Amino acid sequence: MTSNISKNAFAMLNEQQLTQLSSAASALNKEQLIWASGYLAGLAGAVALPASATETEQTQAVATATLTILYGSQTGNAKGVANKYKAQVESKGVQAKVVSMADYKPRSIKNETHLLVVVSTHGEGDAPDDAVELHEFLASKKAPKLPHLKYAVIGLGDTSYEFFCQTAKDFEQRLSTLGATAFAERLDCDVDYETAISAWSEKVDSVLVDLLKPVQTTQVSSTTPVANAVAESIYTKQNPFGASLSESLKITGRDSIKDIRHIEISLEDSGIQYLPGDALGVYFLNDENMIERIVNATNTDANAQVTLGEESLTLAQALKERLEITLSYPGFIKAYQAATQQQALADLMADKAALRNYLNESQIVDIVEAFPAKVDEQTLVDALRVITPRLYSIASSQAEVEDEVHLTVAHVEYEANGFTHQGGASGYLSTRVEEGAEVKVYVENNDNFRLPADDSTPIIMVGPGTGIAPFRAFMQERDARGATGNNWLLFGNPSFTQDFLYQTEWQGYLKTGLLTKISLAFSRDQAEKIYVQDRLRENAKEVFDWLEAGAHFYVCGDATRMAKDVESALLDIIQTQGNKSEADAKVYLTDMRKAKRYQKDVY
Amino acid sequence: MSNDKSLIVEGNLADNERMKGASKHLRGTIAEDLKDDVTGGFTPDNFQLIRFHGMYQQDDRDIRAERLKQKLEPLHNVMLRARLPGGIITPEQWLVIDKFAADYTMYGSIRLTTRQTFQFHGVLKPNMKLMHQTLNKAGIDSIATAGDVNRNVLCTSNPVESEVHQEAYEWATKISEHLLPKTNAYAEIWLDGEKVDTTQEKEPILGDNYLPRKFKTTVVIPPQNDVDVHANDLNFVAIAENGKLVGFNVLVGGGLAMTHGDESTFPRKASDFGFIPLDSTLDVAAAVVSTQRDWGNRVNRKNAKTKYTLERVGVDTFKAEVEKRAGITFEASRDYEFTSRGDRFGWVEGVDGKHHLTVFIENGRILDYPNKTLKAGCAEIAKIHQGDFRMTANQNLIIAGVDTQQKEEIEALAVKHGLIEASTSKQRKDSMACVSLPTCPLAMAEAERYLPKAVDELEAMLAKHGMQDESIIYRVTGCPNGCGRAMLAEIGLVGKGPNKYNLHLGGNREGTRIPKMYKENILDTEIMSILDELIGKWARERLAGEAFGDFVIRADIIAPVVDSARDFYA
Repeated sequence: MTSNISKNAFAMLNEQQLTQLSSAASALNKEQLIWASGYLAGLAGAVALPASATETEQTQAVATATLTILYGSQTGNAKGVANKYKAQVESKGVQAKVVSMADYKPRSIKNETHLLVVVSTHGEGDAPDDAVELHEFLASKKAPKLPHLKYAVIGLGDTSYEFFCQTAKDFEQRLSTLGATAFAERLDCDVDYETAISAWSEKVDSVLVDLLKPVQTTQVSSTTPVANAVAESIYTKQNPFGASLSESLKITGRDSIKDIRHIEISLEDSGIQYLPGDALGVYFLNDENMIERIVNATNTDANAQVTLGEESLTLAQALKERLEITLSYPGFIKAYQAATQQQALADLMADKAALRNYLNESQIVDIVEAFPAKVDEQTLVDALRVITPRLYSIASSQAEVEDEVHLTVAHVEYEANGFTHQGGASGYLSTRVEEGAEVKVYVENNDNFRLPADDSTPIIMVGPGTGIAPFRAFMQERDARGATGNNWLLFGNPSFTQDFLYQTEWQGYLKTGLLTKISLAFSRDQAEKIYVQDRLRENAKEVFDWLEAGAHFYVCGDATRMAKDVESALLDIIQTQGNKSEADAKVYLTDMRKAKRYQKDVY
Repeated sequence: MSNDKSLIVEGNLADNERMKGASKHLRGTIAEDLKDDVTGGFTPDNFQLIRFHGMYQQDDRDIRAERLKQKLEPLHNVMLRARLPGGIITPEQWLVIDKFAADYTMYGSIRLTTRQTFQFHGVLKPNMKLMHQTLNKAGIDSIATAGDVNRNVLCTSNPVESEVHQEAYEWATKISEHLLPKTNAYAEIWLDGEKVDTTQEKEPILGDNYLPRKFKTTVVIPPQNDVDVHANDLNFVAIAENGKLVGFNVLVGGGLAMTHGDESTFPRKASDFGFIPLDSTLDVAAAVVSTQRDWGNRVNRKNAKTKYTLERVGVDTFKAEVEKRAGITFEASRDYEFTSRGDRFGWVEGVDGKHHLTVFIENGRILDYPNKTLKAGCAEIAKIHQGDFRMTANQNLIIAGVDTQQKEEIEALAVKHGLIEASTSKQRKDSMACVSLPTCPLAMAEAERYLPKAVDELEAMLAKHGMQDESIIYRVTGCPNGCGRAMLAEIGLVGKGPNKYNLHLGGNREGTRIPKMYKENILDTEIMSILDELIGKWARERLAGEAFGDFVIRADIIAPVVDSARDFYA
C-alpha cells in the first residue's frame, strides 16, 4: 500500500509527516485503514478550522442579519467611532462589520439590510475624501432604490462651522429619498462626540437587538490590519500621555507677519509610536488671564464648587482644565441668553449670518465681556462645552527623532477689545507652557495620509504654511529608509526671507539629492500674489509626467481655499496634459484617490 | 616687457586666481545662481565674482545666529557700490536712486562712502537685476567697483576752482573708462544684453585673470587731500599753471589695509614717481596697472597689493618698468602742498559765480531720521536743483552749481530737513567711520554705529580741557582692511573684536603720516580714558596751534612712522 500513498495526493503534508503516515499505514490491514480514516475525520472536527473557512461562513451569515457600519472621515475619528460601536453591539450579540467608504463598492449598497453611516464633514460642508464617491453615487441617477434598507446616520462635526454635519444630513436625505427607512434618529455630534454617542446608543441599541436576531456563533474581528500600522498604544484621547515640552521656537523671522513655532515634545518612556502622516492630539490649559476676565464679567466666584458630569471641582479648575473657552459656538450664546435674558443676545441669534461672523471673531471671554451679566457658576459651566484636544500633523519621523515628536504650530495671538487673545493649544504650546513642563498628548492615527509602501514611488507634496509639517516627517522617514523615489515639495508662505519654514533643512535635502525638486511660492515678494497652485500650473507637464509615473500626490494645509485651488489646478493639469475631458480628468483623480495616490490632510 | 622670473612670486596660486581664470571673463555661473530661489545667496565662486560687478554678498549679522537656530539661512542680501568717477551725480539720477533705496532696500538708505560714491545696502537677490536695469536707465553702472580691478576713480571735490576741477574730473572719468574690464559679462548678466563669443573677448589691460588684488586710483587737486592719496595705489596730483591743468605728479603704491597679527602686512604711503604731461596720463595709468598685473603677488593675497610689489621689487625697478611700458620718462615732480583733507562746509562761491553748498552727512548715511529727514531733504532739493550733486571722499554731499536766485530756496530746504545744522561740531565733521556691522562681512567691531556716541564723548572731553574750538582727525574702521582710513588719522581705531580696537596715534591733519599702534586690543572705555588723559596733556603742554597728532610725537608719547615697511611694527 505504501506505493499507493501518492506524493501528489499528500502535497499538504511535509516530507516528515508523509513518511510517518506512510509508515503507520503500511502496518494496517484494509479494515483498520477504513476505521482509521473515520478516526482521522473525527479528529479533524475537533481542531479549530483555519480562519479563511470561518470568514466564508460569516460572510454568508452577514448577508441575512448583519449591521454594516460604513465610515468616512478625514482624520480617523469616524473610524474610531465605527470600530467602537461595532464592539459595543457585538457584545450584545449583534453581528456587525466595519467598512471604510473608501474601500466600499457603492453598488453593494443594494445588498445591505441594516446600515449605520458614520461620517464627518469638513471645510464648507464637504464630504471627506473617503466618502466622496459614495456620497456622489447616492445622489446620482445610478443609485438603486433601497426599500428594504434600514439605516441610521451619525454625523461628526463642529458647531463652530457653518455647515455643521452637512455630509451626515446629505446621507440621511439621500438614503431616505431612495426609499430606505431610518431605524434611529440622525445624531449630529459636536466635537465632544463620545458623550453624545453613548447617550444615543443607549436608546438605539435595544432597537438594533430587536431588528437583528442575535446569532449564537463567536465573532472574529473583521477589521483588516493596515499594512504599516503600528502597535496600539495604551495612551489614547481618553488616556493621554503626560509628555514634556522640550522646545518651543519661533521659526519665522523677526519681520514676519506670521508667528509659526517649531515644537519638540519628548515621548520618553511612553513607548508611543507614530507614523509619518499621523497627528498628535494635544491637551492644553486655558489662559489664566482669560479665566479671570470671564469670572469678572459673569460676576461668578472662581472658588465655587461646580459639577462636571459626575465630578465636583472649582469653577476656576473647570475653566482652566476642562471647558472650551477659546472657540465660540452658537450653543453657548443660546444657553447664555437663556440664563441672562438679554435682548441683544436674542437679536444676535436671530440673524444667522451676523451670529456666524460674531462667533468667528469672538472668544467666550469677548462674549461675556460684551454682554456682562451675573450668572450662576453651574449655569456658566453648563453653557460651555467640554474642552477638546487640538490635533496637529506630526512634523517628524521616529526613524530620525526616536522618542521625540515635532509639530509646526501657527501661534494665534492678537489684540482685541483691549487685551491679548491667544489660541487655545497654540498659545499654550507657544508661550504659556514652559520648556520642560508637562503636555498631555496622544497619537491620532491617520491611515489616509501615508507614504507609499514602495520606497521607489515618486511623491509630490503640496504643503504651504504649516501644511509643511507632515512632509518634514515624510522626508525624515524617506531619508532614514534610504528610499529611492523622487520627492517634489511645493511650499508657499508670505515672504522668502521671513517665512521659509525649515529652509536650511530643505537646502540640505536638495544638496544630498533626497529632495528632487522644490517649488516655492512666496505670495508677498512681488506685486502679484503667487501661490502653490500657480507653481503647479507652471510645472503642468512635469506634474503630469510624475503622476503618470505613479507619483502619489499629497496636500496638507488650509482646507477652505488652498486645497480646493490645488485640486482644481490638478484637474486642469490632468485635463490639458492628458488630453482628457473634464469628466475623464475627474475619473483619473477619483482613481488616484481610490488607489490612495491622492491624499489630503487639510483643516 | 621684463617679466624677469625674479620679479614674480613663485608658488601655488591663490584660489581666487583659479576662480578668476575659470570665470569666463567674470561670468561664472552668476546667471544660474540668480535663478536659484532656495537661497538668497551665491555659491562660493560667484560670491567672489559679483564683487567685480560692484556688489558684495552680505547678511544682517545682528541676527545671523538667531536665524540659524530658526532653521533659516542668514538674511543674505547684497550691497551695491556704484561707479561714479569723481562722485558727480545729476538731480535726475539722484531721484532714481532715492526711489530705489526706498522701494527695494532693507534699510531704505543711501550710503555715501569714502570711495566717493553711493552704496545701496540690503538688496535681495530677486531685485538685483531690477537694480542694475534701473541704474542703467539713469546712466549709472557698478562695473568694477570692487574685486581685483581698478575701482571707482576718486577726484577732489573742489567746486571753487571750477575749471581745474572740471578738467581733473574729466580725467578721472577717462581713467576709469580706460581701465574698466572690457568683458560683456555685466551687460549679459544684469541688463539682459546679447551674449557674445567669450573666446573672442580680450582684456588688454587687466588681463584674463584680472589684477592680483584690488587697485585704487585718484585724481587729487592740491592743496586738498580729501581723497587721501596715501590710501590709494595710483594717484594723479593735478598740477595747474595759471588756472589751467598742465599735468600730474604720479604717486604709486599707497594703501592702508593690513592683517591683524601678520607683520608682513602694513599701511604704506604712496611713492612719488615724478611729473607727466597730460597726454601721457592714460598710458601711464595703464602701465602702472599692467606692471602690477604682471608682478603683483598672485600666491599670497595678503601681500598682493601694489604697495608690497613696490617694496619687493624696489621703487626704482617698478618705476623704470612703467616708463618702459608707457614709453615716457618721468620728469622731476612739480611742487605742491597738501594743507587739509576736510570738506569746506557751507556755501562757497566758485570762480564762475555759481554757489556750492557742502552739507555734513554723519557717517555718509542718508536716511530719514525722526527729526532729521536727510533723505527727503536731498530728494526735495533734487526736484528743483539745476546743478549737480557731488559726493566727497569724506562721505559728505555738495549741492553744486547753484544760481544766485535759487540759493535761498535750497538753503531753506536744507535747513528744514536738518542737512544744515549749526550745532554740528568741528570734531564731528573731522570724524569718520566705515559701514562695518551689521552688514559688512569683514567687520570685527562696530564702526558706523559706534561713531556718534564716541564723538559725543570726544566733544565732552575737548570741552572739559578747554579745547572745544579744536578738533582731532578721528577715524574708526571695523577691521584692518581700512575702509574708514584710520591709518591716516591722528587717532585711529582698528576693530579687533566686539567693543575692542587697536588704538593708533600720531597721524597728521594732512594725511601724510601713518599713525602707529599705541595700545593693542583694548576696550572702547579704556580708549576713552587714555584719550582723556592725552587730550588733557595736549591742552596743557601744546605749542601754539600744535595739532594733537603732532603733539603726541613731539611729546614722545608715540614714535613717528617714517618708513612703514620698516618702522610700523618696530
